[in-house]
Amino acid sequence: MTVSGDRLGMPDDHPKAASVGGRAPDAARPALTLTDAEVLGVDDIVVSLGGRRVLDGVSFALCPQEFVGLIGANGSGKTTLMRVVLGLLKPDSGSVRRADRRVGYVPQKVAIDPDIPLRARDLVALGVDGERFGLRLPSRARRARVDEMLEAVDATAFADGRIGELSGGEQQRVLIAHALVGDPALLVLDEPLANLDIRSGHEIVELLARLKVERNLAVLLSAHDMNALLPHMDRIVYLADGRAAAGTVGEVVRSDVLSELYRYPVRVLDVDGTLVVIGGHEVSVR
Amino acid sequence: MSGFFASDPVRTALVAGGLTAVVSGVVGVFVVLRGQSFAGHALGDMGTLGGSAAYLANVSPLWGYVGVGAVVAAAMELFGVQRRRERDVATGIVLGATLGLSALLLYLDSTSSSTTGVAASVLFGSLFAFAPSALPETTALAAAALVVVAAVFRPLLLSSIHPELASVRDVPVRGVATVFIVVMGVTVSLASTVVGTVLSPALLVGPSAAALRLSRRPGAAMALAAVLGIAATWLGVTLAYASHDWPPAHQGWPISFFVVAIVFVIYAVTESVGPRAAGRGRPDATVEAQTPLAGTPTAGTAQVR
Repeated sequence: MTVSGDRLGMPDDHPKAASVGGRAPDAARPALTLTDAEVLGVDDIVVSLGGRRVLDGVSFALCPQEFVGLIGANGSGKTTLMRVVLGLLKPDSGSVRRADRRVGYVPQKVAIDPDIPLRARDLVALGVDGERFGLRLPSRARRARVDEMLEAVDATAFADGRIGELSGGEQQRVLIAHALVGDPALLVLDEPLANLDIRSGHEIVELLARLKVERNLAVLLSAHDMNALLPHMDRIVYLADGRAAAGTVGEVVRSDVLSELYRYPVRVLDVDGTLVVIGGHEVSVR
Repeated sequence: MSGFFASDPVRTALVAGGLTAVVSGVVGVFVVLRGQSFAGHALGDMGTLGGSAAYLANVSPLWGYVGVGAVVAAAMELFGVQRRRERDVATGIVLGATLGLSALLLYLDSTSSSTTGVAASVLFGSLFAFAPSALPETTALAAAALVVVAAVFRPLLLSSIHPELASVRDVPVRGVATVFIVVMGVTVSLASTVVGTVLSPALLVGPSAAALRLSRRPGAAMALAAVLGIAATWLGVTLAYASHDWPPAHQGWPISFFVVAIVFVIYAVTESVGPRAAGRGRPDATVEAQTPLAGTPTAGTAQVR
Protein backbone atom coordinates (compact mmCIF):
# COMPACT_ATOMS: atom_id res chain seq x y z
CA MET A 1 0.00 0.00 0.00
CA THR A 2 1.24 3.46 -0.78
CA VAL A 3 0.45 6.67 0.93
CA SER A 4 -2.31 7.54 -1.42
CA GLY A 5 -3.81 4.20 -0.55
CA ASP A 6 -5.81 5.81 2.17
CA ARG A 7 -8.29 6.75 -0.49
CA LEU A 8 -9.43 3.22 0.31
CA GLY A 9 -10.94 4.83 3.36
CA MET A 10 -9.24 3.33 6.34
CA PRO A 11 -10.99 4.14 9.59
CA ASP A 12 -9.20 6.61 11.84
CA ASP A 13 -8.35 4.03 14.45
CA HIS A 14 -6.81 1.61 11.99
CA PRO A 15 -3.53 0.55 13.51
CA LYS A 16 -1.82 0.03 10.20
CA ALA A 17 0.93 2.46 9.33
CA ALA A 18 1.01 4.45 6.16
CA SER A 19 4.00 3.71 4.01
CA VAL A 20 5.99 6.36 2.27
CA GLY A 21 4.94 7.16 -1.22
CA GLY A 22 7.98 7.37 -3.34
CA ARG A 23 7.75 6.48 -6.96
CA ALA A 24 6.67 2.89 -7.01
CA PRO A 25 8.43 1.40 -10.05
CA ASP A 26 6.16 -1.62 -10.19
CA ALA A 27 2.97 0.37 -9.99
CA ALA A 28 1.48 0.24 -13.46
CA ARG A 29 -1.41 2.25 -12.17
CA PRO A 30 -4.44 2.78 -14.33
CA ALA A 31 -5.36 6.39 -14.98
CA LEU A 32 -7.31 7.22 -11.88
CA THR A 33 -10.52 9.11 -12.12
CA LEU A 34 -11.98 11.22 -9.40
CA THR A 35 -14.45 9.24 -7.40
CA ASP A 36 -17.77 10.93 -6.74
CA ALA A 37 -16.82 11.62 -3.17
CA GLU A 38 -13.54 13.38 -3.95
CA VAL A 39 -12.96 17.08 -4.45
CA LEU A 40 -9.29 16.78 -5.31
CA GLY A 41 -7.10 13.91 -6.45
CA VAL A 42 -3.34 14.31 -6.72
CA ASP A 43 -1.46 11.41 -8.29
CA ASP A 44 2.24 10.75 -8.39
CA ILE A 45 3.28 14.38 -8.90
CA VAL A 46 6.89 14.95 -9.94
CA VAL A 47 8.31 18.47 -10.21
CA SER A 48 11.91 19.49 -10.82
CA LEU A 49 12.91 23.13 -10.44
CA GLY A 50 16.38 24.28 -11.45
CA GLY A 51 17.65 20.72 -11.71
CA ARG A 52 16.50 19.81 -8.19
CA ARG A 53 13.66 17.35 -7.72
CA VAL A 54 11.28 19.31 -5.49
CA LEU A 55 8.41 16.82 -5.57
CA ASP A 56 9.10 13.15 -6.14
CA GLY A 57 5.91 11.17 -6.59
CA VAL A 58 3.39 12.82 -4.26
CA SER A 59 -0.17 11.46 -4.07
CA PHE A 60 -3.18 12.23 -1.90
CA ALA A 61 -6.89 12.93 -2.17
CA LEU A 62 -9.42 15.22 -0.49
CA CYS A 63 -13.12 14.69 0.18
CA PRO A 64 -15.75 17.26 1.11
CA GLN A 65 -15.69 18.33 4.76
CA GLU A 66 -12.15 17.05 5.16
CA PHE A 67 -9.53 19.21 6.86
CA VAL A 68 -6.11 18.12 5.66
CA GLY A 69 -2.86 19.57 6.95
CA LEU A 70 0.07 19.69 4.56
CA ILE A 71 2.99 19.55 6.96
CA GLY A 72 6.66 19.97 6.22
CA ALA A 73 9.73 22.07 6.99
CA ASN A 74 10.72 25.06 4.90
CA GLY A 75 11.92 23.84 1.53
CA SER A 76 10.11 20.51 1.75
CA GLY A 77 8.00 21.39 -1.31
CA LYS A 78 4.77 22.60 0.33
CA THR A 79 4.37 25.75 -1.72
CA THR A 80 5.35 23.95 -4.91
CA LEU A 81 2.72 21.29 -4.24
CA MET A 82 0.10 23.98 -3.60
CA ARG A 83 0.97 25.71 -6.86
CA VAL A 84 0.50 22.39 -8.66
CA VAL A 85 -2.86 21.83 -6.96
CA LEU A 86 -3.99 25.33 -7.96
CA GLY A 87 -2.92 24.82 -11.57
CA LEU A 88 -0.31 27.60 -11.37
CA LEU A 89 2.53 25.14 -12.03
CA LYS A 90 2.49 22.24 -14.45
CA PRO A 91 4.10 19.10 -13.00
CA ASP A 92 6.72 17.17 -14.98
CA SER A 93 4.54 14.11 -14.55
CA GLY A 94 1.52 13.01 -12.59
CA SER A 95 -1.98 14.40 -12.60
CA VAL A 96 -4.22 16.70 -10.60
CA ARG A 97 -7.96 16.22 -10.85
CA ARG A 98 -10.36 18.74 -9.40
CA ALA A 99 -14.10 18.26 -9.17
CA ASP A 100 -14.69 21.99 -9.29
CA ARG A 101 -12.72 24.46 -11.39
CA ARG A 102 -13.14 27.09 -8.70
CA VAL A 103 -10.69 26.80 -5.86
CA GLY A 104 -10.51 29.27 -3.02
CA TYR A 105 -6.93 30.30 -2.33
CA VAL A 106 -5.22 32.19 0.47
CA PRO A 107 -1.60 32.82 -0.56
CA GLN A 108 1.37 32.98 1.74
CA LYS A 109 2.55 36.33 3.15
CA VAL A 110 -0.01 38.68 1.68
CA ALA A 111 1.56 41.83 3.04
CA ILE A 112 -1.03 44.55 2.50
CA ASP A 113 0.49 47.95 3.07
CA PRO A 114 -1.39 50.08 5.62
CA ASP A 115 -1.45 52.86 3.02
CA ILE A 116 -3.46 50.87 0.50
CA PRO A 117 -6.95 52.36 0.36
CA LEU A 118 -8.88 49.12 0.42
CA ARG A 119 -11.52 48.16 2.96
CA ALA A 120 -12.02 44.59 4.05
CA ARG A 121 -15.31 44.49 2.18
CA ASP A 122 -13.63 45.70 -1.03
CA LEU A 123 -11.27 42.73 -1.00
CA VAL A 124 -14.17 40.33 -0.41
CA ALA A 125 -16.08 41.95 -3.29
CA LEU A 126 -13.05 41.30 -5.52
CA GLY A 127 -13.58 37.65 -4.63
CA VAL A 128 -16.95 37.84 -6.39
CA ASP A 129 -15.87 39.35 -9.69
CA GLY A 130 -12.24 40.52 -9.42
CA GLU A 131 -11.25 38.83 -12.67
CA ARG A 132 -13.79 40.71 -14.78
CA PHE A 133 -12.86 43.56 -17.08
CA GLY A 134 -14.72 46.86 -17.17
CA LEU A 135 -16.23 48.94 -14.40
CA ARG A 136 -18.93 47.43 -12.24
CA LEU A 137 -22.21 48.96 -11.19
CA PRO A 138 -23.36 48.90 -7.59
CA SER A 139 -25.32 45.72 -6.95
CA ARG A 140 -27.52 44.92 -3.97
CA ALA A 141 -27.09 41.19 -4.56
CA ARG A 142 -23.31 41.44 -4.51
CA ARG A 143 -23.36 43.58 -1.41
CA ALA A 144 -25.62 41.08 0.36
CA ARG A 145 -23.29 38.26 -0.61
CA VAL A 146 -20.26 40.15 0.68
CA ASP A 147 -22.05 40.97 3.94
CA GLU A 148 -23.06 37.34 4.38
CA MET A 149 -19.49 36.17 3.80
CA LEU A 150 -18.02 38.74 6.19
CA GLU A 151 -20.52 37.54 8.79
CA ALA A 152 -19.52 33.91 8.19
CA VAL A 153 -15.88 34.64 9.05
CA ASP A 154 -16.75 36.97 11.97
CA ALA A 155 -15.33 39.98 10.14
CA THR A 156 -18.39 42.23 10.22
CA ALA A 157 -16.91 44.38 12.99
CA PHE A 158 -13.97 45.50 10.86
CA ALA A 159 -15.59 45.25 7.41
CA ASP A 160 -15.10 48.95 6.75
CA GLY A 161 -11.56 49.24 8.07
CA ARG A 162 -8.49 49.51 5.88
CA ILE A 163 -7.14 45.99 5.43
CA GLY A 164 -3.56 47.08 6.02
CA GLU A 165 -4.49 48.38 9.46
CA LEU A 166 -6.10 45.14 10.62
CA SER A 167 -4.26 42.61 12.74
CA GLY A 168 -2.75 39.52 11.12
CA GLY A 169 -5.62 37.31 12.29
CA GLU A 170 -8.21 39.80 11.03
CA GLN A 171 -6.47 39.99 7.66
CA GLN A 172 -6.54 36.18 7.42
CA ARG A 173 -10.30 36.19 8.04
CA VAL A 174 -10.81 38.71 5.26
CA LEU A 175 -8.60 36.72 2.88
CA ILE A 176 -10.58 33.57 3.72
CA ALA A 177 -13.82 35.45 2.99
CA HIS A 178 -12.32 36.64 -0.32
CA ALA A 179 -11.46 33.04 -1.20
CA LEU A 180 -14.85 31.61 -0.18
CA VAL A 181 -17.30 34.19 -1.52
CA GLY A 182 -17.32 32.42 -4.90
CA ASP A 183 -18.54 29.27 -3.08
CA PRO A 184 -15.74 26.86 -4.08
CA ALA A 185 -15.65 23.20 -3.01
CA LEU A 186 -11.98 23.39 -2.05
CA LEU A 187 -10.10 25.95 0.03
CA VAL A 188 -6.29 26.00 -0.18
CA LEU A 189 -4.29 28.02 2.37
CA ASP A 190 -0.52 28.44 2.15
CA GLU A 191 1.00 28.85 5.65
CA PRO A 192 -1.90 30.92 7.02
CA LEU A 193 -0.61 30.59 10.58
CA ALA A 194 2.98 31.62 9.83
CA ASN A 195 2.79 35.21 11.05
CA LEU A 196 0.08 34.81 13.65
CA ASP A 197 0.40 34.66 17.40
CA ILE A 198 -0.68 31.36 18.97
CA ARG A 199 -4.16 32.54 19.94
CA SER A 200 -4.99 34.02 16.51
CA GLY A 201 -3.67 30.84 14.90
CA HIS A 202 -5.99 28.69 16.98
CA GLU A 203 -8.92 30.97 16.17
CA ILE A 204 -8.26 30.63 12.44
CA VAL A 205 -8.10 26.83 12.74
CA GLU A 206 -11.40 26.81 14.70
CA LEU A 207 -12.96 29.03 12.04
CA LEU A 208 -11.85 26.70 9.22
CA ALA A 209 -13.15 23.65 11.09
CA ARG A 210 -16.53 25.37 11.40
CA LEU A 211 -16.59 26.59 7.77
CA LYS A 212 -15.80 23.14 6.36
CA VAL A 213 -19.06 21.84 7.85
CA GLU A 214 -21.17 24.94 7.23
CA ARG A 215 -20.12 25.26 3.60
CA ASN A 216 -19.43 21.60 2.74
CA LEU A 217 -15.81 22.50 2.12
CA ALA A 218 -12.60 20.55 1.74
CA VAL A 219 -9.69 22.41 3.37
CA LEU A 220 -6.02 21.95 2.48
CA LEU A 221 -3.77 23.97 4.81
CA SER A 222 0.01 24.02 4.81
CA ALA A 223 2.01 24.59 7.96
CA HIS A 224 5.45 23.75 9.29
CA ASP A 225 4.05 22.80 12.69
CA MET A 226 1.25 20.25 12.94
CA ASN A 227 0.32 20.80 16.57
CA ALA A 228 -1.97 23.80 16.10
CA LEU A 229 -4.00 21.65 13.68
CA LEU A 230 -4.20 18.44 15.72
CA PRO A 231 -7.65 19.03 17.27
CA HIS A 232 -9.31 19.55 13.89
CA MET A 233 -7.14 17.87 11.28
CA ASP A 234 -8.88 14.89 9.68
CA ARG A 235 -5.80 13.72 7.84
CA ILE A 236 -2.21 14.76 7.33
CA VAL A 237 0.04 14.91 4.30
CA TYR A 238 3.58 14.94 5.66
CA LEU A 239 6.18 16.22 3.21
CA ALA A 240 9.91 15.69 3.55
CA ASP A 241 12.55 15.74 0.89
CA GLY A 242 9.93 15.99 -1.88
CA ARG A 243 8.16 12.81 -0.79
CA ALA A 244 4.91 12.51 1.10
CA ALA A 245 3.22 10.25 3.60
CA ALA A 246 -0.54 10.67 3.82
CA GLY A 247 -3.11 9.29 6.21
CA THR A 248 -4.46 9.98 9.64
CA VAL A 249 -2.09 11.46 12.19
CA GLY A 250 -1.97 8.07 13.91
CA GLU A 251 -0.89 6.38 10.70
CA VAL A 252 1.66 8.91 9.56
CA VAL A 253 3.23 10.57 12.59
CA ARG A 254 5.06 7.48 13.78
CA SER A 255 8.74 6.88 14.21
CA ASP A 256 8.92 4.15 11.60
CA VAL A 257 6.92 5.98 8.90
CA LEU A 258 8.71 9.32 9.32
CA SER A 259 12.14 7.67 9.51
CA GLU A 260 11.49 6.09 6.16
CA LEU A 261 10.22 9.42 4.82
CA TYR A 262 13.23 11.40 6.06
CA ARG A 263 15.59 8.56 5.13
CA TYR A 264 17.06 9.27 8.55
CA PRO A 265 16.20 7.81 11.94
CA VAL A 266 13.75 10.07 13.75
CA ARG A 267 11.54 9.61 16.78
CA VAL A 268 8.05 10.90 17.41
CA LEU A 269 7.46 11.95 21.01
CA ASP A 270 4.05 12.66 22.46
CA VAL A 271 4.57 15.32 25.12
CA ASP A 272 1.20 15.87 26.80
CA GLY A 273 -0.55 15.73 23.46
CA THR A 274 2.04 17.79 21.62
CA LEU A 275 3.83 15.81 18.95
CA VAL A 276 7.54 16.41 18.64
CA VAL A 277 9.68 14.91 15.91
CA ILE A 278 13.35 14.60 16.82
CA GLY A 279 16.34 12.74 15.49
CA GLY A 280 16.84 9.40 17.22
CA HIS A 281 19.77 7.21 16.35
CA GLU A 282 18.59 4.33 18.47
CA VAL A 283 15.51 3.77 16.36
CA SER A 284 16.08 0.90 14.02
CA VAL A 285 14.67 1.33 10.57
CA ARG A 286 13.87 -1.69 8.58
CA MET B 1 -7.01 89.26 -13.39
CA SER B 2 -9.29 90.04 -16.35
CA GLY B 3 -6.35 89.51 -18.68
CA PHE B 4 -5.78 86.06 -17.18
CA PHE B 5 -8.63 84.19 -18.85
CA ALA B 6 -8.43 86.32 -21.97
CA SER B 7 -4.93 85.05 -22.64
CA ASP B 8 -4.84 82.14 -25.09
CA PRO B 9 -1.69 80.58 -23.63
CA VAL B 10 -3.30 80.66 -20.18
CA ARG B 11 -6.50 78.99 -21.38
CA THR B 12 -4.53 76.33 -23.24
CA ALA B 13 -2.35 75.78 -20.19
CA LEU B 14 -5.40 75.38 -17.92
CA VAL B 15 -7.03 72.83 -20.23
CA ALA B 16 -3.88 70.80 -20.97
CA GLY B 17 -2.75 70.97 -17.34
CA GLY B 18 -6.19 70.01 -16.03
CA LEU B 19 -6.53 67.01 -18.35
CA THR B 20 -3.07 65.83 -17.44
CA ALA B 21 -3.75 66.23 -13.73
CA VAL B 22 -6.87 64.05 -13.96
CA VAL B 23 -5.09 61.23 -15.80
CA SER B 24 -2.04 61.49 -13.54
CA GLY B 25 -4.24 61.22 -10.47
CA VAL B 26 -6.08 58.13 -11.69
CA VAL B 27 -3.00 56.34 -13.03
CA GLY B 28 -0.79 57.56 -10.18
CA VAL B 29 -2.91 55.78 -7.55
CA PHE B 30 -2.11 52.47 -9.22
CA VAL B 31 1.54 53.48 -9.63
CA VAL B 32 1.89 54.06 -5.88
CA LEU B 33 -0.22 51.03 -5.03
CA ARG B 34 1.97 48.81 -7.21
CA GLY B 35 5.23 50.35 -5.97
CA GLN B 36 6.20 51.44 -9.48
CA SER B 37 7.17 55.06 -8.87
CA PHE B 38 10.73 54.15 -9.84
CA ALA B 39 9.42 53.07 -13.24
CA GLY B 40 7.72 56.47 -13.45
CA HIS B 41 11.05 58.20 -12.91
CA ALA B 42 12.75 56.03 -15.51
CA LEU B 43 9.99 56.71 -18.03
CA GLY B 44 10.25 60.45 -17.40
CA ASP B 45 14.01 60.46 -17.90
CA MET B 46 13.75 58.39 -21.06
CA GLY B 47 11.11 60.78 -22.36
CA THR B 48 13.85 63.42 -22.59
CA LEU B 49 15.20 61.51 -25.57
CA GLY B 50 11.83 61.58 -27.33
CA GLY B 51 11.24 65.25 -26.54
CA SER B 52 14.63 66.38 -27.78
CA ALA B 53 14.34 64.25 -30.92
CA ALA B 54 10.90 65.69 -31.61
CA TYR B 55 12.25 69.26 -31.50
CA LEU B 56 15.01 68.24 -33.90
CA ALA B 57 12.47 66.65 -36.27
CA ASN B 58 10.20 69.66 -35.81
CA VAL B 59 7.18 67.68 -34.64
CA SER B 60 5.11 68.14 -31.49
CA PRO B 61 7.18 67.11 -28.45
CA LEU B 62 4.12 65.23 -27.16
CA TRP B 63 4.61 62.64 -29.89
CA GLY B 64 8.27 62.34 -29.00
CA TYR B 65 7.36 61.70 -25.36
CA VAL B 66 4.58 59.26 -26.21
CA GLY B 67 6.60 57.37 -28.81
CA VAL B 68 9.55 56.79 -26.52
CA GLY B 69 7.36 56.40 -23.42
CA ALA B 70 5.15 53.64 -24.81
CA VAL B 71 8.04 51.70 -26.35
CA VAL B 72 10.26 51.99 -23.27
CA ALA B 73 7.36 51.06 -20.99
CA ALA B 74 6.59 47.89 -22.92
CA ALA B 75 10.30 46.98 -23.01
CA MET B 76 10.60 47.56 -19.26
CA GLU B 77 7.75 45.19 -18.57
CA LEU B 78 9.20 42.56 -20.92
CA PHE B 79 12.60 42.71 -19.26
CA GLY B 80 11.18 43.17 -15.78
CA VAL B 81 13.12 46.27 -14.82
CA GLN B 82 10.34 48.37 -13.31
CA ARG B 83 11.24 48.02 -9.68
CA ARG B 84 14.29 49.51 -8.17
CA ARG B 85 15.82 46.27 -7.00
CA GLU B 86 15.30 44.47 -10.29
CA ARG B 87 18.19 44.76 -12.70
CA ASP B 88 19.41 47.78 -10.84
CA VAL B 89 22.68 48.23 -12.64
CA ALA B 90 21.28 47.53 -16.11
CA THR B 91 18.56 50.14 -15.61
CA GLY B 92 21.05 52.69 -14.38
CA ILE B 93 23.33 52.18 -17.36
CA VAL B 94 20.51 52.29 -19.92
CA LEU B 95 19.07 55.40 -18.26
CA GLY B 96 22.48 57.05 -18.32
CA ALA B 97 23.02 56.20 -21.96
CA THR B 98 19.59 57.53 -22.88
CA LEU B 99 20.18 60.82 -21.08
CA GLY B 100 23.62 61.06 -22.72
CA LEU B 101 22.02 60.68 -26.14
CA SER B 102 19.45 63.27 -25.07
CA ALA B 103 22.31 65.65 -24.23
CA LEU B 104 23.59 65.31 -27.79
CA LEU B 105 20.14 65.90 -29.31
CA LEU B 106 19.51 68.90 -27.04
CA TYR B 107 22.89 70.33 -28.12
CA LEU B 108 21.91 69.85 -31.78
CA ASP B 109 18.55 71.46 -31.01
CA SER B 110 20.27 74.49 -29.55
CA THR B 111 22.51 74.90 -32.61
CA SER B 112 19.54 75.01 -34.95
CA SER B 113 18.21 78.55 -34.91
CA SER B 114 14.51 77.70 -35.06
CA THR B 115 14.12 77.02 -31.37
CA THR B 116 15.59 78.51 -28.25
CA GLY B 117 15.54 77.21 -24.73
CA VAL B 118 14.71 73.69 -25.84
CA ALA B 119 16.68 72.04 -23.06
CA ALA B 120 14.82 73.91 -20.32
CA SER B 121 11.54 73.33 -22.12
CA VAL B 122 12.02 69.56 -22.42
CA LEU B 123 13.51 69.01 -19.00
CA PHE B 124 11.42 71.43 -16.95
CA GLY B 125 8.41 72.15 -19.14
CA SER B 126 6.96 75.30 -20.67
CA LEU B 127 3.22 75.03 -20.39
CA PHE B 128 2.59 78.60 -21.60
CA ALA B 129 4.28 77.55 -24.87
CA PHE B 130 1.90 74.58 -25.24
CA ALA B 131 0.66 74.61 -28.84
CA PRO B 132 -3.16 74.88 -28.95
CA SER B 133 -3.02 72.59 -32.00
CA ALA B 134 -1.84 69.78 -29.67
CA LEU B 135 -4.95 70.00 -27.48
CA PRO B 136 -7.03 67.45 -29.46
CA GLU B 137 -4.16 64.94 -29.26
CA THR B 138 -3.76 65.55 -25.55
CA THR B 139 -7.50 65.09 -24.99
CA ALA B 140 -7.57 61.88 -27.02
CA LEU B 141 -4.59 60.39 -25.19
CA ALA B 142 -6.01 61.37 -21.81
CA ALA B 143 -9.38 59.84 -22.66
CA ALA B 144 -7.75 56.66 -23.97
CA ALA B 145 -5.70 56.28 -20.79
CA LEU B 146 -8.79 56.67 -18.60
CA VAL B 147 -10.80 54.18 -20.68
CA VAL B 148 -8.05 51.58 -20.47
CA VAL B 149 -7.68 51.99 -16.70
CA ALA B 150 -11.45 51.59 -16.32
CA ALA B 151 -11.35 48.45 -18.47
CA VAL B 152 -8.62 46.69 -16.48
CA PHE B 153 -9.57 48.19 -13.09
CA ARG B 154 -10.56 45.06 -11.16
CA PRO B 155 -7.96 42.59 -12.53
CA LEU B 156 -5.27 45.26 -12.10
CA LEU B 157 -6.36 45.98 -8.52
CA LEU B 158 -6.44 42.29 -7.65
CA SER B 159 -3.01 41.58 -9.12
CA SER B 160 -1.63 44.70 -7.39
CA ILE B 161 -2.74 43.30 -4.02
CA HIS B 162 -1.18 39.90 -4.70
CA PRO B 163 -0.38 38.46 -8.14
CA GLU B 164 -1.41 34.94 -7.14
CA LEU B 165 -4.85 36.09 -5.99
CA ALA B 166 -5.31 37.19 -9.59
CA SER B 167 -3.67 34.26 -11.34
CA VAL B 168 -5.80 31.65 -9.53
CA ARG B 169 -8.77 33.47 -11.07
CA ASP B 170 -7.24 33.15 -14.55
CA VAL B 171 -6.38 36.84 -14.77
CA PRO B 172 -3.59 37.31 -17.36
CA VAL B 173 -1.37 39.01 -14.78
CA ARG B 174 1.52 39.84 -17.09
CA GLY B 175 -0.77 41.05 -19.85
CA VAL B 176 -2.58 43.36 -17.46
CA ALA B 177 0.75 44.62 -16.09
CA THR B 178 2.01 45.33 -19.61
CA VAL B 179 -1.14 47.22 -20.54
CA PHE B 180 -0.84 49.28 -17.37
CA ILE B 181 2.79 50.23 -17.83
CA VAL B 182 2.09 51.41 -21.39
CA VAL B 183 -0.73 53.57 -19.99
CA MET B 184 1.81 54.80 -17.47
CA GLY B 185 4.20 55.70 -20.31
CA VAL B 186 1.45 57.74 -21.98
CA THR B 187 0.57 59.45 -18.69
CA VAL B 188 4.19 60.37 -17.98
CA SER B 189 4.34 61.80 -21.52
CA LEU B 190 1.34 64.01 -20.85
CA ALA B 191 2.85 65.12 -17.54
CA SER B 192 6.10 65.91 -19.36
CA THR B 193 4.29 68.46 -21.53
CA VAL B 194 3.11 70.20 -18.35
CA VAL B 195 6.11 70.14 -16.02
CA GLY B 196 8.88 68.65 -18.17
CA THR B 197 10.40 65.20 -18.25
CA VAL B 198 12.44 65.55 -15.06
CA LEU B 199 9.49 66.73 -12.96
CA SER B 200 6.79 64.55 -14.55
CA PRO B 201 7.03 61.83 -11.85
CA ALA B 202 6.21 64.46 -9.21
CA LEU B 203 2.89 65.19 -10.88
CA LEU B 204 2.24 61.46 -11.39
CA VAL B 205 3.01 60.32 -7.87
CA GLY B 206 2.64 63.35 -5.57
CA PRO B 207 -1.14 64.02 -5.62
CA SER B 208 -1.82 60.26 -5.65
CA ALA B 209 0.39 59.57 -2.66
CA ALA B 210 -1.38 62.36 -0.75
CA ALA B 211 -4.82 61.08 -1.77
CA LEU B 212 -3.97 57.51 -0.72
CA ARG B 213 -3.46 58.73 2.83
CA LEU B 214 -6.86 60.36 2.98
CA SER B 215 -9.06 57.76 1.27
CA ARG B 216 -10.27 54.32 2.19
CA ARG B 217 -11.29 53.21 -1.31
CA PRO B 218 -9.29 53.17 -4.55
CA GLY B 219 -11.96 55.02 -6.53
CA ALA B 220 -12.18 57.77 -3.93
CA ALA B 221 -8.38 58.05 -3.88
CA MET B 222 -8.35 58.51 -7.67
CA ALA B 223 -11.01 61.22 -7.57
CA LEU B 224 -9.18 63.05 -4.77
CA ALA B 225 -5.82 62.71 -6.54
CA ALA B 226 -7.35 64.20 -9.69
CA VAL B 227 -8.79 67.14 -7.71
CA LEU B 228 -5.48 67.75 -5.88
CA GLY B 229 -3.62 67.56 -9.20
CA ILE B 230 -5.97 70.05 -10.85
CA ALA B 231 -5.65 72.37 -7.87
CA ALA B 232 -1.85 72.23 -7.99
CA THR B 233 -1.73 72.74 -11.76
CA TRP B 234 -4.23 75.59 -11.93
CA LEU B 235 -2.80 77.35 -8.92
CA GLY B 236 0.64 76.94 -10.48
CA VAL B 237 -0.56 78.50 -13.74
CA THR B 238 -2.14 81.37 -11.82
CA LEU B 239 0.97 82.06 -9.76
CA ALA B 240 3.21 81.83 -12.82
CA TYR B 241 0.98 84.33 -14.59
CA ALA B 242 1.08 86.64 -11.58
CA SER B 243 4.85 86.28 -11.28
CA HIS B 244 5.37 88.33 -14.45
CA ASP B 245 5.34 91.29 -12.10
CA TRP B 246 7.84 89.70 -9.73
CA PRO B 247 11.57 90.34 -9.41
CA PRO B 248 14.24 89.84 -10.50
CA ALA B 249 13.56 90.02 -14.23
CA HIS B 250 9.79 90.58 -14.45
CA GLN B 251 9.68 87.70 -16.95
CA GLY B 252 7.54 85.26 -15.01
CA TRP B 253 8.71 82.33 -12.93
CA PRO B 254 8.41 78.80 -14.35
CA ILE B 255 5.02 77.09 -13.95
CA SER B 256 6.79 73.83 -13.14
CA PHE B 257 8.33 75.33 -10.03
CA PHE B 258 4.94 76.36 -8.67
CA VAL B 259 3.18 73.11 -9.58
CA VAL B 260 5.82 70.88 -8.05
CA ALA B 261 6.15 73.11 -4.98
CA ILE B 262 2.38 72.98 -4.41
CA VAL B 263 2.36 69.19 -4.89
CA PHE B 264 5.13 68.93 -2.32
CA VAL B 265 3.24 71.10 0.17
CA ILE B 266 0.06 69.02 -0.31
CA TYR B 267 2.01 65.82 0.28
CA ALA B 268 3.83 67.22 3.32
CA VAL B 269 0.56 68.39 4.86
CA THR B 270 -1.24 65.06 4.34
CA GLU B 271 1.81 63.25 5.65
CA SER B 272 1.68 65.17 8.90
CA VAL B 273 -2.10 65.45 9.43
CA GLY B 274 -3.40 62.36 7.61
CA PRO B 275 -5.21 59.64 9.55
CA ARG B 276 -2.22 57.34 9.29
CA ALA B 277 0.15 59.86 10.86
CA ALA B 278 -1.70 59.86 14.17
CA GLY B 279 -2.72 56.21 14.04
CA ARG B 280 -0.95 53.16 15.31
CA GLY B 281 2.27 52.12 13.65
CA ARG B 282 2.79 49.34 11.22
CA PRO B 283 2.02 45.89 12.62
CA ASP B 284 5.24 44.39 13.81
CA ALA B 285 5.16 41.05 12.05
CA THR B 286 8.78 40.18 12.77
CA VAL B 287 8.23 39.85 16.50
CA GLU B 288 5.25 37.59 16.03
CA ALA B 289 7.11 35.49 13.49
CA GLN B 290 9.73 34.69 16.08
CA THR B 291 7.25 32.96 18.35
CA PRO B 292 8.87 29.62 19.14
CA LEU B 293 7.08 26.71 17.54
CA ALA B 294 7.36 23.28 18.99
CA GLY B 295 7.71 20.13 16.98
CA THR B 296 9.33 21.31 13.80
CA PRO B 297 11.26 18.31 12.56
CA THR B 298 14.34 20.26 11.50
CA ALA B 299 14.66 21.91 14.88
CA GLY B 300 14.35 18.58 16.64
CA THR B 301 16.89 16.91 14.43
CA ALA B 302 19.33 19.74 14.92
CA GLN B 303 19.10 19.44 18.70
CA VAL B 304 20.07 15.80 18.70
CA ARG B 305 22.94 16.33 16.38
